Amino acid sequence: MSDAGIHVALQGVTRVYPALSGQGEVHALGPIDLNIRRGEFFGVVGPSGCGKSTLLETLAGLVRPTAGSGTFEGREIAGVVPDGIGVVFQEDASFPWLTVERNVAFGLRRAGVDRAEIARRVEHAIGFMGLGAFRRAYPSQLSGGMRQRVCIARTLVTRPRLILLDEPFGALDQQTRLLMGEELLRLWRDTGATVVLITHSLDEAAMLSDRVAVMSSRPGRFIATLETNWPRDRDSRIVSEPRFGQLTSQLWTLLRDESRKALNAG
Amino acid sequence: MRHPGFWRLVIVGGAVLALEFACRTGVIDRVTMVPPSEMVAALVRMAIGAPWFWADFGSTFRNVCVAIALSIVLGFLLGLVIHALPRLRAVLNPVLVSYYSVPPFVFYPLLIVILGIGPASLIVMGAMFGIVAMISATLASIDRIPRVYGKVARVTRLSPWQTALRIKLPAATPHLITGIKLAVSYSVTGVIAGEFIIATAGLGRRLTLAYNGFDTATMYGLILLILIAMTIVNSVLQRWETRIHRRWYRA
Repeated sequence: MSDAGIHVALQGVTRVYPALSGQGEVHALGPIDLNIRRGEFFGVVGPSGCGKSTLLETLAGLVRPTAGSGTFEGREIAGVVPDGIGVVFQEDASFPWLTVERNVAFGLRRAGVDRAEIARRVEHAIGFMGLGAFRRAYPSQLSGGMRQRVCIARTLVTRPRLILLDEPFGALDQQTRLLMGEELLRLWRDTGATVVLITHSLDEAAMLSDRVAVMSSRPGRFIATLETNWPRDRDSRIVSEPRFGQLTSQLWTLLRDESRKALNAG
Repeated sequence: MRHPGFWRLVIVGGAVLALEFACRTGVIDRVTMVPPSEMVAALVRMAIGAPWFWADFGSTFRNVCVAIALSIVLGFLLGLVIHALPRLRAVLNPVLVSYYSVPPFVFYPLLIVILGIGPASLIVMGAMFGIVAMISATLASIDRIPRVYGKVARVTRLSPWQTALRIKLPAATPHLITGIKLAVSYSVTGVIAGEFIIATAGLGRRLTLAYNGFDTATMYGLILLILIAMTIVNSVLQRWETRIHRRWYRA
């Protein structure tokens, strides 16, 4: 793999949270080495509390690594979110005081984009995420899945080249998750962006990703990376393929002991 | 079951009628209280005929507005700053918690010495009374903002100032309204009570004059005016609060 093909990378990244009163310092993550190719759909699974979110926030520039460094498009990620990165969080991050339309446009607040262009991009993102009928609705009128669509649309308008998703469908039911997964694939194909998806769902990781990295229990390290070899124009129907079952069982084999450790650690 | 508003009206209306009856029949003597109908008549007479009325009303109105604006704006800004500096907050906490155990009015001699008798003293009195309620409400409401909004602000690369204005302020609004309502009531209290002791104009001073001159009708007319004004202000704030809550939590 040539360096030119690498979009985002981490070298020897660790994250240690300083000691609080009553407990010692917490070694949350790493060391982690990671190379994600341009245009790749990269999934990360791991037991709860393994530092998945810390990993994603390090990639986003929201968290500074304690040691090691990260690069995005060849430039160092230094505690600031670089231009070209969009992040979708697990929690509902739609703003209840704004309509859907304004929520989506919020992503362009700082981008220095002119009015007509904002309107055009918002229109496109709203259409793309199937929010057309709700553009003037407030988030309180929408379901959880629709609100997460609003957040994805808000990221989409900035035309990110790297989209980071932190368990974006964690609060949704299984059927909605499958459908949202399909939309994510469509978005990935249409935008050509690189996608990093953190998830605790093995099915989701196996269905959506080109590669799936499996993390250990805390401090989170990569214990394996699986290639899925799915075609680029896949959709949720691949869950009925025998290879899908093999992939998820492979993932579970890798994760079982780590999950048990995490469970027993409380 | 009828609407609660109906019963409210029945209770208030009944009380007014009872008062009217008690005053008319001499159960309450005229020096203590005039009948409600005469209070209204006195208020109307003042508004139409008294040369001082609009000047005093305007003076109080202006001072109250400035005091409210200062309480709310400074209270919010100070709240933001204190929230951003946890150490400062820890140091200030006892002061904020016990602030209202000392009535700000005890400082009135100091205000007279520094600012003299007049609008400046009244405005400071009103703002002093309202600002801490606003600071406390700001702190509490920012505490309740979901952490993920802060992350969105950083991903959108907003400056701290933009984050305050575009995210913290609106996100805090439903809980800030509680502080705003308190700041409004306290500022009005501060200004009008201040007018009793340190003023050359205003409704509070006029009220004291009427009281000292045994002008019971004027006194009750002014009390009625303040009651009506505050009821209107409060119901407007209440409506605003209801509207925001409905928009946010419709579900």
